[in-house]
Amino acid sequence: MTTDVTTASAASIAEAFADGDTTSVEVTQAHLERIASVDERLNAFLHVDAEGALATAAEVDARRAAGEELPALAGVPIAVKDLINTAGQPTTAGSKMLEGWIPPYDATVVTRLRAAGLPILGKTNLDEFAMGSSNEHSAYGPARNPWDTSRIPGGSSGGSAAAVAGYEAPLALGTDTGGSIRQPGAMTGIVGVKPTYGGVSRYGVIAMASSLDQVGPMARTVLDAALLHEIVAGHDPMDSTSIERPVPPVVEAARRGDVTGLRIGVVRELGGEGFQPGVQSAFDRAVEQLAQSGAEIVEVGCPSFAHGIAAYYLVMPSEVSSNLARFDAMRYGLRTVPHQGASAEQVMAASRDAGFGDEVKRRIILGTYALSSGYYDAYYGSAQKVRTLIARDFEAAFEQVDVLVSPTAPTTAWKLGEKSDDPLSMYLEDIATIPANLAGVPGLSLPVGLAEDSGLPVGVQFLAPAMADDRLYNAAAALERLVDTPKLEEVR
Amino acid sequence: MTALVAFEDALTRYDPVMGLEVHVELNTATKMFCSCATTFGAEPNTQVCPVCLGLPGALPVVNAKGVESAIRIGLALNCEIAEWCRFARKNYFYPDMPKNFQTSQYDEPIAFDGYVDLTVPAEDGGEGETYRIEIERAHMEEDTGKSLHVGGATGRIHGASHSLLDYNRAGIPLIEIVTKTIEVPGEKAPAVARAYVNYLRDLMVALDVSDARMDQGSLRADVNLSLKPRGSDVLGTRSETKNVNSFRSVERAVRYEIGRHAGILDAGEKVVQETRHFHEADGSTSAGREKSDAEDYRYFPEPDLAPVAPSREWVEELRRTLPEPPAERRKRLQAEWGFSDLDMRDTVGAGALDLVAATIAAGTTPAAAKKWWLGELARRSNETGTEIAELGITPQQVAEIQGLIDAGRINDKLARSVFDGVLAGEGTPEEVVVSRGLEVVSDDGALSEAVDQAIADNPDVADKIRGGKVQAAGALIGAVMKQMRGQADAARVRELILEKLS
Repeated sequence: MTTDVTTASAASIAEAFADGDTTSVEVTQAHLERIASVDERLNAFLHVDAEGALATAAEVDARRAAGEELPALAGVPIAVKDLINTAGQPTTAGSKMLEGWIPPYDATVVTRLRAAGLPILGKTNLDEFAMGSSNEHSAYGPARNPWDTSRIPGGSSGGSAAAVAGYEAPLALGTDTGGSIRQPGAMTGIVGVKPTYGGVSRYGVIAMASSLDQVGPMARTVLDAALLHEIVAGHDPMDSTSIERPVPPVVEAARRGDVTGLRIGVVRELGGEGFQPGVQSAFDRAVEQLAQSGAEIVEVGCPSFAHGIAAYYLVMPSEVSSNLARFDAMRYGLRTVPHQGASAEQVMAASRDAGFGDEVKRRIILGTYALSSGYYDAYYGSAQKVRTLIARDFEAAFEQVDVLVSPTAPTTAWKLGEKSDDPLSMYLEDIATIPANLAGVPGLSLPVGLAEDSGLPVGVQFLAPAMADDRLYNAAAALERLVDTPKLEEVR
Repeated sequence: MTALVAFEDALTRYDPVMGLEVHVELNTATKMFCSCATTFGAEPNTQVCPVCLGLPGALPVVNAKGVESAIRIGLALNCEIAEWCRFARKNYFYPDMPKNFQTSQYDEPIAFDGYVDLTVPAEDGGEGETYRIEIERAHMEEDTGKSLHVGGATGRIHGASHSLLDYNRAGIPLIEIVTKTIEVPGEKAPAVARAYVNYLRDLMVALDVSDARMDQGSLRADVNLSLKPRGSDVLGTRSETKNVNSFRSVERAVRYEIGRHAGILDAGEKVVQETRHFHEADGSTSAGREKSDAEDYRYFPEPDLAPVAPSREWVEELRRTLPEPPAERRKRLQAEWGFSDLDMRDTVGAGALDLVAATIAAGTTPAAAKKWWLGELARRSNETGTEIAELGITPQQVAEIQGLIDAGRINDKLARSVFDGVLAGEGTPEEVVVSRGLEVVSDDGALSEAVDQAIADNPDVADKIRGGKVQAAGALIGAVMKQMRGQADAARVRELILEKLS
């Protein structure tokens, strides 16, 4: 049973700092010890930076001791997905391609973490280049689910989810291209948020699919997620797709948590057939609780969501095929010279063959095909039309309701290896999360208890209109109070 | 290899169809998608950052100045300006392209459907003919880095042992200007191609959007050419002669390719669709990479960049900043200066148009400005092989020298010595006159002595003048000038001679 500071929320740790009950060095040290004791089993971290984290912690403590006014989460340690560049610390994207690569610059979100005084504990495991829903596609072995280490933690931000759920870090950053924050959040019983597209800078985040990727917070409470959201969000001139508008009032919404009179739409297409009974009943119970606390529940149809996965598996691989072209062994990364006197093209081909895993290759090939002359209109072009239709479904739905809800994922965490040979069934795991990425709207997954059938965490997803991220936090905070949030006692 | 057919012979059976693609490197202070400097000739890989090196996670941001220049170029080419357009990724692998895609534009160029009217001078120097070249599009893109292939004989990749990469150029803004097919009488095709590229160079300089130096690669021309049998409408297979780097070479490349294509077609063979390299030394081309229409760049809209949507107000504001078109400016200046067609052609040909204009603006008469730039200075430019603008003398200095002449302080002959001094870096014209002791003597005492001497030395000439042959005074003036080593005020000498002998 863990009773130390590692089980505390980020908000309560920050309070303890303010009250002088503990220091950042103590808290950071406790998390480093926790990592040392459980990460062998979880494999959540690819790189731990004890020295750097403690140095930041000591600096924050000194500033606090000197009476300086500090940002809200100053001194609270955090884990960062290894897809996000950290200057001077390795960033591998979970790939052999970038083994040993040290970025010369920080991602904007990391710059903001540093400015806010959060010690960075290290870099977390992920599916290679964020491609996967189970973390099994990491080149450095899978991260594991703290609720049952024979099971997957979800993906691609599985390492961040496992770290937060397993009390190795109170907070983590993940990235979400088709559900990669929300689905592992659901699998491990934590809160995961994909902000509005353009709400958080992508500068310095290794791109998977540029038009879908978004960085977001992962935490054990809605308020913690909001506090982290507020730090990393906001316009960045280095990212042309970043929105030049004020950050929605997410912290205020997370503190409010009132659904009285709120119109909540249950998405008809995201539930029922294909959804695990234990997931469905946990979801139905959550909806019932929302209704009891004053929300108006409406059933909403989003007919184009049915085509979401098909469109996603055209847009995403197309962008992947182009984004990953830069890994050619010319300037950085793995270099394989196939034979003496090999040409540049031969070195590129051999290096890409050796450096990329099967799932990455599969998506590069899919995308290359989809963009090919003569196929472009049928594939990429049609997929873009589906995106427009899905965006219209959202618009129509948000004329009727304030937020939408659905189960985050159709199942609870599955056994490692269970779906490895069946990419299509793995792709179906993202059915509920993908529409938000295709339309650019924000989504949040909240843990609502354990499924009756599997005994594993279930997540409920809230969706809101673009730049109305605060609505997610308000609704989720209300439900958080009503449900029996699963509490992990011990890594099993 | 099939034999070349002589240009004139080829034209008896075939008509050429041309297309010209010109890449203009913009002179923005920073690159198209990052804030790296663009200075030409910097140490390799010193003007780079995560964005233009294509490091993982880096994202582009559009250079607004680059868009502005693109719009101004589009307007100057009489193009429509897109109300909304996007960048697109052109995907292909090449080591000097950091991201292995070029951020370019595809089916939504910033400018399209324009034209330019060119005058191609007639060979006899008479009134030229005007041709309209239609512009298909002008679009924005980024330049690639540069590969230096080491160890081979030719500097080409073939036979090289290794290659060095310089990414300073990667990301420099380019505007690619593409013509529609150009069909002009075959014998005119080479001159029209040259005149077009020359026109674009002048236009870019007038717009002040590019250095437009072919020798430095800031203006590069690709010549696409095919032949069709006379009277036929069936287009032939084209070749693309890449990166032709002087006006003369453009003309030669067109001539050469016409002859080469004709040879292949005469032999009943097929022209290969390929890129060609142009060889400055003998004016020939050689095969590069084979191309097919099926070559697939997998274009798609660049998701990392917002669309470009220039407001109509901005476009109109930019239209008001357009300089006078070069041809109109020439016409206007020619009339203002009273130059003959030939004078004007020589001035432009010597690259001295702007220099002459600036000299006149500094107060010199057109005739005097022309005399110095096209005479003395053009001669020195030819002798030293230096561009006339690079000689090291400014229009203001030329005007100052003419001012010294007009003030009677030096004469034309002394002026040449002043030019020597200024070009040798001895200082301003005034300083050179002083340091070299070049001022003419107009002091009557010294001159009077010299005149007396000259009269004494040339009694028969003096008699003629006394007898009324005033025009014989020249001989005595010459003698005085010789005595004074040229530094005499010739007008005053003449007066003294006539006074003394009247």
